[in-house]
Amino acid sequence: MVTPDKKALIKQLQSQINAMQGLGKLSGESTDGFAPFADAFPERTFPKGVVHEFISHEPAHAASTHGFIAALAGKLLKEGGLCLWIVPDQSIFATGLPVFGLPPDRIVFIRAPKPKDALWIIEEALKCEALTAVIAQIKELGFTESRRLQLAVERSGVTGFVHRFQPFSENAVACTTRWRIVPLPSQSGGLPGVGHSCWEVQLLKVKNGRPRVWQVGWEAGCFVAVPNHTTIVLPQRHAV
Amino acid sequence: MSRYVYLFFPHLLAEYATRKNPELREVPLVLASPDRGRMVVDSVNVRAFQKGIRAGMVLADCKALYPELHMVETEPGRAGKLLHALAEWCVGYTPFVAVDQDGLVLDASGCTHLWGGERGYLENIRNRLEAYGYTVRMAMADTIGTAWAAAHFGKPFHIVPPEGQREALRQLPAAALRLEPDVLARLRKLGLRHIVSFMDMPRQALRRRFGPSLSFRLDQALGQEVEWVVPIAPVEPYQERLCCAEPITTATGIAIALNRLLEALCLRLSQEAMGLRHAVFKTFRIDGNIQQIEIGTGQPSCDPAHLLRLFEHRIATLEPDLGFELFVLEASRVAPIAHEQSTIWAVSSQSDKKVAELLDRVTAKTGAGKVSRYLPVEHHWPERSIKEAAPLWEKPATAWRTNQPRPVALLPSPESIEVTAVLPDNPPMLFRHKGKLHTVAKSDGPERIEQEWWRADGNYRDYYCVEDEEGARYWVFRSGPYVKGQLQWFLHGFFA
Repeated sequence: MVTPDKKALIKQLQSQINAMQGLGKLSGESTDGFAPFADAFPERTFPKGVVHEFISHEPAHAASTHGFIAALAGKLLKEGGLCLWIVPDQSIFATGLPVFGLPPDRIVFIRAPKPKDALWIIEEALKCEALTAVIAQIKELGFTESRRLQLAVERSGVTGFVHRFQPFSENAVACTTRWRIVPLPSQSGGLPGVGHSCWEVQLLKVKNGRPRVWQVGWEAGCFVAVPNHTTIVLPQRHAV
Repeated sequence: MSRYVYLFFPHLLAEYATRKNPELREVPLVLASPDRGRMVVDSVNVRAFQKGIRAGMVLADCKALYPELHMVETEPGRAGKLLHALAEWCVGYTPFVAVDQDGLVLDASGCTHLWGGERGYLENIRNRLEAYGYTVRMAMADTIGTAWAAAHFGKPFHIVPPEGQREALRQLPAAALRLEPDVLARLRKLGLRHIVSFMDMPRQALRRRFGPSLSFRLDQALGQEVEWVVPIAPVEPYQERLCCAEPITTATGIAIALNRLLEALCLRLSQEAMGLRHAVFKTFRIDGNIQQIEIGTGQPSCDPAHLLRLFEHRIATLEPDLGFELFVLEASRVAPIAHEQSTIWAVSSQSDKKVAELLDRVTAKTGAGKVSRYLPVEHHWPERSIKEAAPLWEKPATAWRTNQPRPVALLPSPESIEVTAVLPDNPPMLFRHKGKLHTVAKSDGPERIEQEWWRADGNYRDYYCVEDEEGARYWVFRSGPYVKGQLQWFLHGFFA
């Protein structure tokens, strides 16, 4: 039988281990808004102060990924703060973002066509504690670069979202999670026309958590589960 | 509002000669110089003036009138040097002093309260100048023109009240407007001896009869035309120099030199509550080559460490070759630092400063024009519905519109697609984009957006939001009504 004292001790040790593994601040943070994804994460808390990696190959998938990232960043920016969005071109349309709860006037867009400059800017931005979130679209990310980004967020506590669009290979990186967002037919509740956005959210990798696939929609400012579907639990891969 | 003082020295050269030679004080004295084979009087002292001798008279005539007249030959260029020296002396009263033909112009705006008001200010100047032995006629007014007129033709000590130019000019003669002799002669011929007699005449008539100079001078005196004078000591530029005993060839050496210059410049800036917006760092190579690197900041800054970081990326672009012998740092643009820092992002002013510094570093790395924010503008046309804003401080003037669906990603320019659709305005059934066929499963629209005719010509656009069978959502539009053989359908964006 485990006594309550021991339980508290184990919990404390677990959070210490999480901190060492670069999972950022987990304890005592509110989980509002991230509820559908809570099961997959250690301590049922969406990790902040880490780098999330997203991969997409199609322009339409990239748009869904942008929407999903905007929704996540919007939750982070709820208490104010500032967000940096580093893009290679002028593709993001600010008017489309308020729907996802992200006020576009709180975003500073930086156009960095050169990948080398973009990586430098991402790292500098992740080092700046005054920012809440940093969103970046980039083609390639090597392991060394991702490690540098991870070290930067461990010191500053900024949450990074790195979106790799059409990479040559899906190489392993030192980010805490890897996501892939695929658009699903929208749900309009039997009415004609296009309904609210729906995605298949694939959490392919997560440190200390359980990778999963959800089907969620975005309606009226929060994630809703798509009716008639089951969450798929992916097999967890362990480092050899 | 500006206040100008004009100091007119009627006996400048004669009094200077008296200062050098005090025994001349009691005799009627003239200074004369040769002009076209005769001696002409340049300056007279008070005693000679009382006897009716004026500058411009021929010396022989004056001698005939008063044989006891004492004459000293004028040194060429002495008057200009003297005025310049007096102007430098006047810098104690105001930083802006300019030399005029026979007097000095002082911009006394905001200076007089230090001497207990305008009267005290002028009295102080007069008393000190008279102690040196100079007679001075002085006037203060809102414009240089009126001050000149009052000093030359008004009372010797004349303060024109603010906005009182019109009243003050009324009783003065026409010559008080600094006019050319032929214009004065024409005025005299017509009996217009005083300014009041033509001041209220229609300007067109004046211009026709007397040329443009009369109405221009009148406007200058009344303050309707701006008058520029060049101060003797221009406002000192923000510049620091560092000479090196040995040529500097290493990047570390350059960084140390730059750091020293920045510290000196920032010390001066912070004393004046100013911040740097744009700076140029010039390096002078020993073979005469000059190279420069520039930085700009989003918010005025006087933090040497931050500014040095902005320069850091550029130091590598300098080519020292044989070495640099001189470094010059110039602040080409400075702005006052706001003392009460207001928070922009509702977090804290400290974090605002950090973000501003980060954006400065990004701008220094990538070049200008890469950092932007978007604010909503009240336009329906998608490309015009947002505008780029200054990176940090501008607030949205209107709310973001969310009543119509708008895509997350917008193509920089719409891409042509092939579409199968039922005429006249049904949504597409299928479309082909970049060789890939998409079958439309669901669609919304059309949403017609008209071109703004007052800005550009062109067709309206009928926007449809379509979803293909895989669930990907697109924003497509048809441009204008159907015309045979024209590209009509375009893909413009992707919904999330």
